[in-house]
Amino acid sequence: MDQFTLNLLVVGATFALYIGIAIWARAGTTAEFYAAGQGVHPVLNGMATGADWMSAASFISMAGIIALAPAGGYEQSAYLMGWTGGYVLLALLLAPYLRKFGKFTVPEFIGDRFYSKGARLVAVVCLIVISVTYVIGQMRGVGVTFSRFLEVTTDTGLYIGAAIVFAYAVLGGMKGITYTQVAQYVVLIIAYTIPAIFISLQLTGSFLPQLGLIGSYTPDGVDSGVAMLAKLDQVVTELGFKAYTSESANMLNMVLFTMSLMIGTAGLPHVIIRFFTVPKVADARSSAGWALVFIALLYTVAPAVGSMARLNLTTTMWPASATGSAFDGPAITRADIDSNPELSWIRTWEKTGLLAMSDLNGDGQIQYFAEPAATAAANRELAAAKTALAGAAAGSDLTALEAAVADATAKRDAALATDTIGGQTLAERGWVGNEVTRIDNDMMVLANPEIAALPGWVVALVAAGALAAALSTAAGLLLAISSAISHDLIKGMINPGITEKGELLAARIAMGFAIVVATYLGLNPPGFAAQVVALAFGLAAATIFPVLMMGIFSKRINKEGAIAGMLVGLVFTSVYIFIYKGWFFVPGTNMLPDTAANYVFGISPLSIGTVGAIVNFVTAYVVSSVTAAPPQAVQDLVESIRVPRGAGKAQAH
Amino acid sequence: MADRTSSNAYWAANVRIILTSLAIWFICSFGLGIILRPALKGMSVGGADLGFWFAQNGSIYVFLVLIFVYAWRMNKLDKEHGVEE
Repeated sequence: MDQFTLNLLVVGATFALYIGIAIWARAGTTAEFYAAGQGVHPVLNGMATGADWMSAASFISMAGIIALAPAGGYEQSAYLMGWTGGYVLLALLLAPYLRKFGKFTVPEFIGDRFYSKGARLVAVVCLIVISVTYVIGQMRGVGVTFSRFLEVTTDTGLYIGAAIVFAYAVLGGMKGITYTQVAQYVVLIIAYTIPAIFISLQLTGSFLPQLGLIGSYTPDGVDSGVAMLAKLDQVVTELGFKAYTSESANMLNMVLFTMSLMIGTAGLPHVIIRFFTVPKVADARSSAGWALVFIALLYTVAPAVGSMARLNLTTTMWPASATGSAFDGPAITRADIDSNPELSWIRTWEKTGLLAMSDLNGDGQIQYFAEPAATAAANRELAAAKTALAGAAAGSDLTALEAAVADATAKRDAALATDTIGGQTLAERGWVGNEVTRIDNDMMVLANPEIAALPGWVVALVAAGALAAALSTAAGLLLAISSAISHDLIKGMINPGITEKGELLAARIAMGFAIVVATYLGLNPPGFAAQVVALAFGLAAATIFPVLMMGIFSKRINKEGAIAGMLVGLVFTSVYIFIYKGWFFVPGTNMLPDTAANYVFGISPLSIGTVGAIVNFVTAYVVSSVTAAPPQAVQDLVESIRVPRGAGKAQAH
Repeated sequence: MADRTSSNAYWAANVRIILTSLAIWFICSFGLGIILRPALKGMSVGGADLGFWFAQNGSIYVFLVLIFVYAWRMNKLDKEHGVEE
């Protein structure tokens, strides 16, 4: 059976499973549609939360981001700690109390606790901005995975994915989504760990990748006596890259970025609503723990996958580095890549464009190294000059452009003569530039089974796992959007008298509408899709998390304080991001260049959510203390959510 | 809220447990994993240093233990104060 048929079979089987579950678990009431009837076992809810939380970014991109970061893999630990540590905040500060409150949506809590439709509306706006942003990434992930493994175009893949989500999310609501996510979790975790275990066995002889990460390097089963991480640091630094374990360049920024991801995680509405589905307050606490167990299974493996895949790639490019120094032997030759069956994965991935190599100096070898700063800058300048020359109109005067190319070439040659790698100048080595011109972050996870020469069904499983990760997160986000529209906007503000049946229909229509919008945005992604993720986390951190926490832990914060806090947090965070990324992400409208030298105290726009949260807390406190205390009924509400007794079923009111 | 005094004692105890847990949460991730890493360079864990390990793996294990211990202590506290479900 060829790989394509295998992929089709495995992916088709998982899709049939999801649809089957959706038919079995279809929702009949709004309580089932919004909160799965509050009857989900905490362990199953933990699994569903894991799938909900772990998106295409966690599954496909994260290990590659860590492995290939120019500043070294250590600094990227912010993702590992940030995207797990947020669950501690959820379990301790939010989940049990919001479950006790016993309603269906995050804006509903904010509206009731701060006795204000305005506060509820601000929360709805924040929720929709955050969730829509996220959905775009998931839909792209679905399309890309389809196109890579199932030989359809990205757009066709996107339509198929949207149809599947439509079928089970509109039919089943939270109930269908929850049980589908449990299945999706199982698929994605098996798909992630099997290749990880094999690569760990190959490089460290350790069955558990977590132990392999700190184990010793044992190529071909022979213990080299060197730790895997020490070996990785040695080979990459020899080639001019920063060591994997090198220290962070800006500790303050790393702290704020990690904190931003943590409180952003705790403030994401689609994650919070998962804790409305369990039967009791005590279950909300333990369910957060179970969610983290299932998330940790992937997150503790990710740095092992990243570092080992990087080591594997580097020793493939420099065969001598597997046992000694990279320069003990020649680099890999193009002829070898083209003929050696063990290296066929390089050719496969070159075809996708995610991996690109070019024998720039024409010596028949592919030299993979980090260009020293002067060479890198000179090569960029040379490439720009060549592009300008190639793009010149026919018949026009080329003298100036040709002179520019000659000038840039001379500068580049000067750089080659002075920059050194491994004690020799690049000119002495005969190199003109790094010949691995592109390695995409996403390749590190997706190509792993092929690099480790695993059987075809593992490759198919990875495809199904990537789709499961993207679809499960998309479904959770779509539910958060649809409940905000049907429950908070329609039932809460526009038409409070709507019947149960009418609201359920409205929820389904809102869900269908959200899927159409998400599909459209997936087909025509705004150019700024990547930056918007920073905005989503920043906003969740600076608006929703502080207001929820204050609503539970303070009886004194009133409606004026909460609204002022959310608005100030929202404006402060978005303005700081816009200053560096462009107003509303329109390219060219940024007021300062997006580089570390221009950041205030070196705080990057990705990390600003933490500061936004502090600004929110302070504003809410100050404004509340000069305005009237909340009414007695609200203070009683706060008292009642602080004790578990009497949680029971949610009120459909 | 008939039993106001008891529920206040319950809440104060809850806040104490939360603060202790958050202190550990902070020390393991931001402390050992980031701020104290340079100071702990000497302590090695399989090819890297202690701070590196906490940043990439260790802090996640601590988070897990923290949540389950919190859930367990709160269940006990709920019963002691008679506010369990």
